[in-house]
Amino acid sequence: MPHKTFLAFILPSLVVMLLFVALPIASVIYQSLFIEHEQVMVEVENCGPFGCTVERRVDAQAMEEMRSQQPAGRFNGLGTYFNSGHLAFERIGEIWDRTETWGDFIGQVMNLPFYKALIFTLAYTFIVTPCVIVLGFFIALGVNGLPGLIKGPVIFFSLLPMIVTPLIGSLVLYWMIDSRGIIGSALQVLFNDPSLSLKASPTLTWITLFVYGVWHSAPFAFVVFYAGLQGVPRDTMESAMVDGASRWERVRFVTIPYLLPLATFIALMQLMDNFRVFEPIVGFSAEANATSLSYLIYSDLRGSDTPLFASAAATSVLTTIGVIILLMPVLVRTWRDFNRKA
Amino acid sequence: MARSANAKPLPLLALSIAFIVIWLIAAAFPFVWTTWGSFKVEPDFFSRSDWTNAITGTQTIRQTGSPFTGGGYDGAWIEQEFWKAVINTAIVTLSVVVISLTLGTLGGYALARSGFRYTFWILIAALIFRAMPHVTLASGYLLPFFELGIWGYLPTTIIVLVAINQPFTLWMLHSFFLSIPKDLDESAMVDGCTRFQAFRLAVIPVMWPGVVTTGLFSFLLAYNDFTVTSMLLTQENQTMVPKISSFLGSTQAEGKVMYAVAAVVSAIAPLFVLVLFFQRQIVSGLTAGAVKG
Repeated sequence: MPHKTFLAFILPSLVVMLLFVALPIASVIYQSLFIEHEQVMVEVENCGPFGCTVERRVDAQAMEEMRSQQPAGRFNGLGTYFNSGHLAFERIGEIWDRTETWGDFIGQVMNLPFYKALIFTLAYTFIVTPCVIVLGFFIALGVNGLPGLIKGPVIFFSLLPMIVTPLIGSLVLYWMIDSRGIIGSALQVLFNDPSLSLKASPTLTWITLFVYGVWHSAPFAFVVFYAGLQGVPRDTMESAMVDGASRWERVRFVTIPYLLPLATFIALMQLMDNFRVFEPIVGFSAEANATSLSYLIYSDLRGSDTPLFASAAATSVLTTIGVIILLMPVLVRTWRDFNRKA
Repeated sequence: MARSANAKPLPLLALSIAFIVIWLIAAAFPFVWTTWGSFKVEPDFFSRSDWTNAITGTQTIRQTGSPFTGGGYDGAWIEQEFWKAVINTAIVTLSVVVISLTLGTLGGYALARSGFRYTFWILIAALIFRAMPHVTLASGYLLPFFELGIWGYLPTTIIVLVAINQPFTLWMLHSFFLSIPKDLDESAMVDGCTRFQAFRLAVIPVMWPGVVTTGLFSFLLAYNDFTVTSMLLTQENQTMVPKISSFLGSTQAEGKVMYAVAAVVSAIAPLFVLVLFFQRQIVSGLTAGAVKG
């Protein structure tokens, strides 16, 4: 296809992506270098029947003028990246000097907002992803062994957790684990502890979120593996049987190697999706015990009266770097494949 | 012979069926329970005394005289004006699906038919864009949109969702068009069609299965989005999902949780119908990417 025709076909799609995906990334980098204007104070004399008082106030008019001239704020360089809300190197240095043991050090670093969110995001990503793959694999094996007639309905119900809006799915579970909800009260009876609440302790909140994550994504892994199972070569399977391989050995040495590329695909998609975990934290109202990088950005922008653009932008840039590091193995591999072909 | 060799031993069969049953309960029960509970009053759905109240509706009978009540739906749809959010969602999802499919089919077709190096780079860029957390992008939009005065309107949100959706649409349709034989449009061009005429006359008639599948996923993205819609829309332009989340803040305090429960069930219903009719396409769409690697 000549370049010109190609361009004509792809231009609308490219323009939209450049304007609303690539440009915002540039805008985020730009915004992260600036910081909100300092407040302009004026002294106002208030004279009442009981004498005069001098009051310091924010000069709204002057602020307005500054904002309209420089909407992004004043230049701050990389200052926002290093402040206590983000990388906080100074604070880490202090903590390093102050603490004696590694456990202490890590515990205190975990209290810094950025690291708290980073640790949760990484934990979520690297715990949920393998669990999803394993659970999805076993569901696929189980469903594959069912008689044909009930496969359809089983697949239908299995798809639901994935199709339903993440925020809504987490709300549905949140109401059930409420101490007055069915799962919450069942757990209280089970552990014989009437004060048990999944919302109270950080550990239980983390576990709840992980369970939600696995519940939400397992159908995806299941469907992909299930489709893969339909294509496992019959010949190989039969020769394994002739060679006397047991049922488990057949799964271990024929099915799993055949499905391995699919597992890589699922892992890639899940790493991308789990790294941006956000909705469950809103749905489970878990922000006190667990925040993710995406949640930090959201709360900077929507939490206070005036959005903290600089802070949100700095977190965004750091998150983007995280995404690129996460994708690095895939990108390197694709690059190698491409060069080998060329 | 083959049958008996394939037949599972009884304990394994029992184990695997038990496992699937447990999974099915985990997957479907929350929705059944919430739908059932949405027709009860709050003291039943969140029962302090006895969980069986949620099934029998003891408090519901005491308060309303019948075991089922539409009170939650009434409050959500009429009092809290959930119907406005439903209309907004319909506008947003429909526009997003139509626009992203139009742009996506053109782009995906071009990527599938052009053999030049830059197609590879466009696809890789699309993959990176696909991985970007949406909230990161939203923080890039917010300030420029405030400055331009286009923040808060439905068209702005629609075009942003189209853009976020575009990488996925391109990948999906690109691999779909690769599966349509090149001969089809090339023979049309030999007969004297231009590239665009060949696309219109030879490719469009056979592309619908792929387009329907891709369209389903565009629909899901637009329908399920919370990040972008909650950041870019004003209170009165809100779609369903951010509306439900704003219910939570205001109604939890007033003891009107049932409004939110009813709204949640209302939002799940269309998805339920969607899976019912398009199960096959959803399954094939999920696996399409995997097969290509």
